[in-house]
Formats: sequence, structure tokens, C-alpha cells
Amino acid sequence: MSSIGTGYDLSASTFSPDGRVFQVEYAMKAVENSSTAIAVRCKDGVVFGVEKLVLSKLYEEGSNKRIFNVDKHVGMAVAGLLADARSLSEVAREEASNFRSNYGYQVPLKHLADRVAMYVHAYTLYSAVRPFGCSFILGSYDVDDGPQLYMVDPSGIAYGYWGCAIGKAKQAAKTEIEKLSMKDMTCREVVKEVAKIIYIVHDEVKDKAFELDLSWVGEVTNGRHELVPKDVREEAEKYAKDSLEEEDDSDEDNM
Amino acid sequence: MLEEQGPEWMSEEVKTGTTIIAVEFDGGVVLGSDSRVSAGASVVNRVMNKLSPLHDRIYCALSGSAADAQTIAETVNYQLDVHSMELGEDPLVCSAATLVKNISYQYKEELSAHLIVGGWDRRGGGQVYATLSGLLTRQPFALGGSGSSYVYGYLDAEYRAGAGRTDTQRLVVDTLSLAMSRDGSSGGVAYLVTIDGDGVEEKVFLGNELPTFYDQ
Repeated sequence: MSSIGTGYDLSASTFSPDGRVFQVEYAMKAVENSSTAIAVRCKDGVVFGVEKLVLSKLYEEGSNKRIFNVDKHVGMAVAGLLADARSLSEVAREEASNFRSNYGYQVPLKHLADRVAMYVHAYTLYSAVRPFGCSFILGSYDVDDGPQLYMVDPSGIAYGYWGCAIGKAKQAAKTEIEKLSMKDMTCREVVKEVAKIIYIVHDEVKDKAFELDLSWVGEVTNGRHELVPKDVREEAEKYAKDSLEEEDDSDEDNM
Repeated sequence: MLEEQGPEWMSEEVKTGTTIIAVEFDGGVVLGSDSRVSAGASVVNRVMNKLSPLHDRIYCALSGSAADAQTIAETVNYQLDVHSMELGEDPLVCSAATLVKNISYQYKEELSAHLIVGGWDRRGGGQVYATLSGLLTRQPFALGGSGSSYVYGYLDAEYRAGAGRTDTQRLVVDTLSLAMSRDGSSGGVAYLVTIDGDGVEEKVFLGNELPTFYDQ
């Protein structure tokens, strides 16, 4: 869906004749250049998976995290311009913290997603600033509302999802996610499927090495958002690698 | 409550001398208050309802300076209106109590009022919160006002956890009646508000309807 918006794309405060704000669309293209992040909401929690491309062997392992903690019970996975995403994670943290301070309990995810989305949207209205070049996925779990999952994109919309993907392989990832019947699965089952999907959509040819970041929040963590423990992670990665090998083998048989 | 040394007219602020009480029961709360407003020795209003709504199923009981208490209640009522519209659902009782606490604590040097917050929400059922001097604690029951000192012992002895609706209403009326008969700054009629999942019930007990004790 690429088109040139000559003349109408210089600032976010201009519409094109066919009703588009090109600066916002260009911001979304910036997200599509980034590596994939997915999240799946299941029966008892939310699982995040991020394909973290390793651009240099000199990078310290585990640095440049793309999954943030917003409050104890909220996780945020990002794709796009990382610096923009970090700044928005600070905004989300402040919103959650102010809510707790003013109202005495943990912010409900829908409210937080709406507030941060409003902030992102504000940057799409003026020519003096540029829109944020990142999308992010927010997920949480609490005893009353259960698991919740919202995605915010550079235009400032927040939608609720059962499963969503952002970044370069989002179409392929969405297809894989749709195959899951996540409403009946637990976090432990979904964690393995999320790892497998990231491995599936990772492009071995164009991007060489990658690190898989997995995190979850749900009944299994007592409502706290955490990185998945080492043993669960290793089990999930093993499952992912084994499933890929199986598919390779079955392709050969068909020949 | 705060008396200064000096000519009488300086300390005759309009206060709700007051007895206020809130008690949790299985499935809701009962709030009660007397109805006397005094300025020094003069009763300025003998039928004031000191139980003020903060939201559909959250009420607060006012004590101390009438102006301060009413203003806090109105401010929190407004804040909860906005908050519940943003959330799209009814607010929690702890939110109302936190809002009251935030004002009471931030302005504690300037204000002289104590509000007890009681209500029902779907998450925690019936809850009572005390916010004296800007603290915030959830309690099974809370007392406030000048008349409360006379009835702490009575309530400590008679309160039963897990009691039903009518028993709790009777307990509240009895407590109010005892306090009103001993405290010079409390009197008039007794107002009761009972809140549970189905709604709110307001009752008034006129002078001759109040329970009587050994000396009456």
C-alpha cells in the first residue's frame, strides 16, 4: 500500500485530498521496519514474545530490552523506533503511578491504554512535532478483570485483542496466531506456541542472529509481569526448534 | 473540636458536633449520623443530614467543621463522577476513600474535618474506611465526631463480624442513640443509610422513634 504523498506529506497537520495524514502512515512504516513482537491473551494470562535482532557480535547479551514493566501488573512490548518507545514507556509508567497515587489501586489496563493512546494521538495533530514511530502492546492480569491485551499504534488508536503482532513479520505472525485456540489454553502452553511463532516468522536469510525475549503475566505469576524463568524459556525454545525441524522433514517427504 | 484560648466569639465556628458511625455487614455497609449542627452553645440546624453521597453506592459521613467537610465531600463527588465516566464503570470504595484522604492529608493544616467513607463495590463488597487526619485505613467499623468517645466501648463489645443487615442497622441506631443522649453536641434525629449490591436505603429515626435505655 505504498503511494507518494507529494506535497501533502510534509507535516502531520495536513490532510491529503483523499483524506489521509501521510506523516502518520510514514510513522507506521517505521514500525514495519523493526523486528517482530507478538502477544497472546489466553485463559489465565498474557504472554509476550519479541524477536530481538542481534546486529553486532559485540552487543552485550540481554541488553536493549524491548519488553518493559509499566506497573507491577502491566507489561509492554514495543516495535519501531526504540528511543520513541522508551519515552512512551516512561509516559505509561507515570500514568500508572499517578493513577495508583490518586485512586488507591492498580490502573485497569483499558484506562491506561486509552490514556497513553491519547498522548500518542496528540503528537499527530501538530506540525511542530512528529508522530511517535513505534507501536506497542500492553498486557496485564488481575483477579477481577482477568487477562487483558491492548495494542496502540502511531495514529493513537488502542484496540483490545486476543492476539496481536507488530513489526516486519506481523502478517505471517498473525496468520500463525489465528491458528491457536488461545481462549482454552493456559500460559504455560501458550509460551511454547509464542516461541514457535517467533522462530517461524524469523527470516534466516535477511536477518542472521536473534535473541528471543519472552515474558508473561497471569495467574502463574500471581498477577506480576515478569520475564519468563530460565527453565520455561529453554523448554519453549526447544519446542520451537523441534517443531521447525519437523516441518522441514515433512517438506522433504512430500517431494 | 479545636478550641482556642480567647474570647468566646472567636471559637464559635459552625461545627457539626456530631456522632458519625459506619459498620460493615455481610454484603454491604450501614452509615449513621445524628443531625445537630452547633455554633458554640447555639444549635444552628437540628435536622442536618450528615451522610453525603459520593457516588451511587458510596457515601461519606461528615464531622468537624461543617464547611470543610461539605467542601471535601463535594470535591470528591465531582472527582468520582469524572473518574467513573473515564473508566466506564462504578468506582471502587477504596478510590473514593483515597481521594478523600488525599485532600485531607494535603490540606491537613488548613482543614478541620473528618470524613468516614463507606460503600459497596463489586470487587470488595461492603467496605468502611477511616480518613482521620489524612490517614487511610479500612476497618470493620469506624466512629467519628465528639459523641464517638462515649460509645467506643459499646461498639467494641456489641460488634459481631458477619452480622446481617437488620442486626447491623439496629446496632447503629442503638449506638447513635446512646451517644446522642450523652454528648451535648450531638442530638436531633438519627439518619441511617444502608448500601448493598441492590441499592441504597435511606431512613430517618425521629426523636420519639429512637431506642431508649435505662434512664429514659
